[in-house]
Amino acid sequence: MNYKNTYVRKIIGGVLCFVAIWAVVSLLIVTGILPRSVQSLTVKICYYIILALSLDLIVGYLGDLSLGHAAFYAVGAYSGCAFAVYTNLPLLPKFILALIIGGLCAALVGYLISSAIIKLRGDYLAIVTLAFGEFIRSFVKIIPGLGGTKGLIGIPSFESRFGSFTAAYIVVGLVVLCIFNFTHSRHGRMITAIRDNAIAAESVGINIKQTKILVFALSSFMAGMAGVLFGFYKTTLSPSDFTYNLSIEVLVMVVLGGMGSIRGSIIASVIIVALPEFLRGADNYRMLIYAIALIAMMMLNASPRFIALKRKVSESFSQLRARLKR
Amino acid sequence: MQMLISTIIDGLNLGSVYALVALGYSMVYGIAKMLNFAHGDVIMVGIYSIFVCLNANVLPVPVTMLICVAVCALLGFVVEKLAYKPLRSSSSLSVLITAIGVSYLLQNVALLIFKSDRKFLQSFIELGSLKLGEIEIPLISFVIWGTTLIIMFALDVFIKKTSMGRAMLAVSEDKGAAQLMGVNVNRTISLTFIIGSALAGVAAILYAAKYQNVDPYTGSVFGIKAFAAAVFGGIGSIPGAMIGGFTLGLIEALTIGFLPDSLAAASDGVAYALLIIMLILKPSGLLGKKRVEKV
Amino acid sequence: MSMLKAENLGITFGGLHAVEGLNLEIEKNELYGLIGPNGAGKTTVFNMLTGVYKPTTGKFYLDGEDLTGRSSIEINRKGIARTFQNIRLFGEMTVADNVKVGLTNQVRYSMLDSMLRLPKYFDGEKAAAQRSDELLAVFDLYDDRDTLASNLPYGKQRKLEIARALATSPKLLLLDEPAAGMNPNETAELMKTIRFVREKFDMTILLIEHDMKLVMGICERVTVLNFGTELASGETSAALNDPQVIKAYLGED
Repeated sequence: MNYKNTYVRKIIGGVLCFVAIWAVVSLLIVTGILPRSVQSLTVKICYYIILALSLDLIVGYLGDLSLGHAAFYAVGAYSGCAFAVYTNLPLLPKFILALIIGGLCAALVGYLISSAIIKLRGDYLAIVTLAFGEFIRSFVKIIPGLGGTKGLIGIPSFESRFGSFTAAYIVVGLVVLCIFNFTHSRHGRMITAIRDNAIAAESVGINIKQTKILVFALSSFMAGMAGVLFGFYKTTLSPSDFTYNLSIEVLVMVVLGGMGSIRGSIIASVIIVALPEFLRGADNYRMLIYAIALIAMMMLNASPRFIALKRKVSESFSQLRARLKR
Repeated sequence: MQMLISTIIDGLNLGSVYALVALGYSMVYGIAKMLNFAHGDVIMVGIYSIFVCLNANVLPVPVTMLICVAVCALLGFVVEKLAYKPLRSSSSLSVLITAIGVSYLLQNVALLIFKSDRKFLQSFIELGSLKLGEIEIPLISFVIWGTTLIIMFALDVFIKKTSMGRAMLAVSEDKGAAQLMGVNVNRTISLTFIIGSALAGVAAILYAAKYQNVDPYTGSVFGIKAFAAAVFGGIGSIPGAMIGGFTLGLIEALTIGFLPDSLAAASDGVAYALLIIMLILKPSGLLGKKRVEKV
Repeated sequence: MSMLKAENLGITFGGLHAVEGLNLEIEKNELYGLIGPNGAGKTTVFNMLTGVYKPTTGKFYLDGEDLTGRSSIEINRKGIARTFQNIRLFGEMTVADNVKVGLTNQVRYSMLDSMLRLPKYFDGEKAAAQRSDELLAVFDLYDDRDTLASNLPYGKQRKLEIARALATSPKLLLLDEPAAGMNPNETAELMKTIRFVREKFDMTILLIEHDMKLVMGICERVTVLNFGTELASGETSAALNDPQVIKAYLGED
């Protein structure tokens, strides 16, 4: 079995898929077949995918519950976009530098807070991350130069919808590739081992603390980049863009996507971002339907009959896959 | 001086309401082991029920209050039966997301019925104020504090002295063992939700009497803070919830009252920062119990 | 020099002496048994030797190096690996991945290598796959390598745990009740495997066991614990015939 060849084949398939989707969506945008409201959704979907994938690293792979993903998103957005507002550069280098700065600042904050709260587990971690998200949100209000409660304005943006979609889409592609590679490696095994049995992981010499902090920092880096994409798309940032509801929305994407599944997170993000658009006719009932769907989905997941059905399907899938391998 | 005292009184008022809500969070967490995100929204429903009763203008005030508590208790009971009970054996994450779903559901039902604008309530508890020289303390504050303290005390006695209370303790320690010992686990959890939600109903009355306004999101914002208070004090502990609630209320009042305007915008952040520091220093909160995994 | 040496090792939990004044000396390539009634403190000894608990008194040395009070991670890196009484596998990972997790510190490459798929990644993965295949073959688990660990039958799970521990290239292997819950046939097979592991990997093994047949069958020497203190130690048959040991197991007349 040759690892390299299998990987290269997989990557070529992935890249083809990636380019095909880009071509189709771009065509739809350029020709104006997609209505304006849906056009702007394409960028929104991009940064939500990054948010969901990065949170999935923590929740799905590492098995820790975080309700404060908005914090890192906010740190990335504000730092990257402040850089963009206060410097004078051509758009593209500015965008790329903003992405890197936003990502690094978010990663630094992620590193610091995760080192401080590394001892906490389960619900307590969830609560602290939630508190941290709300803390960051009120903290940015008093930092001079970030626009206070009114918000940061004047963030540059791409001229066309096509441009902003393409830029965001490329970032998504890179993030997906990095996360896929990361999770299918020695490091991916380390974090999954910690999730499955922390004591056993320690017994085979895995440094749980270090690994967790690494995952938090990486996840924050990506969430930070998503924040910069958001800023460049919206051109203004306000503290009310980063409430805990956002963290929860992203968490819902991760959970519905089947935790620890890259493809699942992507599909769930697309559906959850796009769904309200299709319910536009029922404007008043949109959130109500969403809430009911959420509860129903969880109930369905818990019902024994559905679990049995799922097991059957996944078994027949793995049998099929085994047969194909032979 | 006068400013300081009135700020402290404000803080204690707010803290009392936080404490009552924190208690509900704490009880439900201790016994059902779930973060009931919808708990705050129960308060919102309670306040709207008072609003409706007051507008109908036919019911005497005590009946209005009873209705509020009853509505909340019933809501807690129904939500537990319909949404949480089927998930008793699921992962805590799916239960959490269901609770979030319930929270959204309540908010959006309220939004559909009452629209998003803030509604103002008539004042329904008319009391004067107590003058001590320069200092003026509204009598309603005494009502708020007294109610909170009495409820705390009664609850403590209930849990320690009655068989239902001991059943709750047993379920919180070990659901399986409690069941084997003949405790009706489902009924105990139901009762916990009823009591917790009734407390939210009392909190709704106090909130309505003091602040006299409501919108569909009142509960969730307030609830998150009360939740932080419960964790600060050590979730699962009655005195912990009380200390957490009062601390949070005081801090919030003091930061709003005394921070310069440029910093006051971040007043919410102070409470959250304190919670984070507390959990870093003491991972299970001020009075919480520590759990160790056996190898 | 002995492979493992423990001097006056002891630990107290809130006034209770769980283990007191334990001395052990295990030679290289020896198969040593740690036995005793339930609650005697055997697993506590393992937990001290693997850094889960810090001993309150005494010291222990691996191959002459003092490891007292080090963290689990360090101790594992220095060469002590263990299995658990209640099996602790990575249930949602495949059998092969379980062993590869054991190889984490043996086959290393950086995060950048893995994210950008640099040549080092492929070299590392190849080495890890080879090594895990070898280990799985030893334990007759090769055909199960793509199964989820939690779907393995009980006996195989026990074996996989040993394979995972061996993947960390230890000098000393601690087995906590490896035959628990096995039927006589499985136990007999396990005995063969343990002997084989000792020969093939030139391993020193310390094991906790209740199954006296297994202990008599493979352990050269044993230490008997009761209420946290050493009751007897020495050649297996001699130690087991010690009147005090018989009293502890069968009770007084």
